[in-house]
Amino acid sequence: MESNGDLFWSSLGPIVLGGITGTIPLAVVSFVIGLAIALGIALMRLSKVRVVSAIARFYISVIRGTPLLVQLFVIFYGLPSIGVVLPAWPCAVIAFSLNVGGYAAEVIRAAILSVPRGQWEAGYTVGMSSTTTLRRIILPQAARVSVPPLSNTFISLVKDTSLASLITVTELFRVAQEVAAFSQEFMLLYLEAAAVYWVICLVLSTAQTRIEQRLDRYVAH
Amino acid sequence: MSPTEPGTPDAGGATDAVLTLRDLHKSFGDTEVLRSIDLTVWRGTVVALIGPSGSGKTTVLRCLNGLEVPDGGSVDVAGELRIDFSTPVGKRERAALRDRSAMVFQHYNLFPHMTVLENVIEGPVQVQRRPRAEAIADAEQLLERVGLREKRDSYPFELSGGQQQRVGIVRALALRPQLLLFDEPTSALDPELVGDVLSVIKELADEGWTMVIVTHELEFARQVADEVVFMADGVVVEHGHPADVLKRPRHERTRQFLHRLLNPF
Repeated sequence: MESNGDLFWSSLGPIVLGGITGTIPLAVVSFVIGLAIALGIALMRLSKVRVVSAIARFYISVIRGTPLLVQLFVIFYGLPSIGVVLPAWPCAVIAFSLNVGGYAAEVIRAAILSVPRGQWEAGYTVGMSSTTTLRRIILPQAARVSVPPLSNTFISLVKDTSLASLITVTELFRVAQEVAAFSQEFMLLYLEAAAVYWVICLVLSTAQTRIEQRLDRYVAH
Repeated sequence: MSPTEPGTPDAGGATDAVLTLRDLHKSFGDTEVLRSIDLTVWRGTVVALIGPSGSGKTTVLRCLNGLEVPDGGSVDVAGELRIDFSTPVGKRERAALRDRSAMVFQHYNLFPHMTVLENVIEGPVQVQRRPRAEAIADAEQLLERVGLREKRDSYPFELSGGQQQRVGIVRALALRPQLLLFDEPTSALDPELVGDVLSVIKELADEGWTMVIVTHELEFARQVADEVVFMADGVVVEHGHPADVLKRPRHERTRQFLHRLLNPF
């Protein structure tokens, strides 16, 4: 019979490995795709064409108004009934990306709006089109503003990926669950999983502070 | 109102027009900010737009740069392009207007994420597709002229307001526009920094740049402008030689304005 201490150390390896091979890739891939979606939705939301901005508003409203777990289940358990059968991992990526897309869209929209109107005009006066002004002048400034809120979105996402265990994706929490079920040491294993998530988030928060300091150097005060 | 069109060149001036505005109208919602503006800017001359705030002078300037689209009237550009605003105007026309002029803003509007040099070469390299090395050489020469060459690698927030505005002027010059537009270029500056910026603008005037300047600096307007245009309530009240408009105004409205500006207490 293993002591609790032994169990802690013998399960730490697999749990951390689950984090490295499951949680982190899932979070990173979903975040990158999610940001691309968010930028598109944010620009649609800012469009002067009513229909386009209404579509974006509807998307954001649905994503924010429904539980992430339900979104995940619709994609993994729901889609097969209309003939779309995808493996668990892509399903998780799709669900998390769409979710990040909805939340980060509002962050990016606010960041774009926070850049003073004069910056658009300065872009125009040097001869730029609105697309070039957006790309060269507005987005680089908006990026700085959106680092803190987007970091929060990413940290939330890292924790939310634990939901993927419910659609059979092997990641940090699923590994902990399996060991817990086998050893019946639920308290120990779930606290251990919590601790590993916490350490990951601490590292991410530190990285966020670093990035903010670096970006802050050249921003107008 | 004078029978001649605003912007008639003085005897020694050039005779070709860079821009001619005819019957320009502009409303924001229910507020009519321009109610029929006629103005000709002749090549190599300096036009100073003066008038109380809300008179529409900044709006005229912004129309010249395509930052605002008038609701009616027309603009002739250097005799080669006529834009009629009574029908919807496309991006192409606005771009044509913009390509011929460059604006210097009251609040500088430098790009805060770029160095001084990057600010200046952004338009020439990204928009005009000029070779980077050539644009840099050009920019350094222009920065040298305004005494800021050693600041080429600084960021805007590291500069004083006067330095930022001189970079703003260089950024406009680097585009090699036919027309320079200044929107109250010294209004946001501390009083002791105003002189540096005005002397740069005066030099440009002496070199023969065509400029339209919205300003409250009457003495500066008197020295630099070939023509002063006094606007109030969206119309040109009077215009003419600086000495006439500023020293011997014919209209009561102009006299009131000048009196108030010269005797603030």
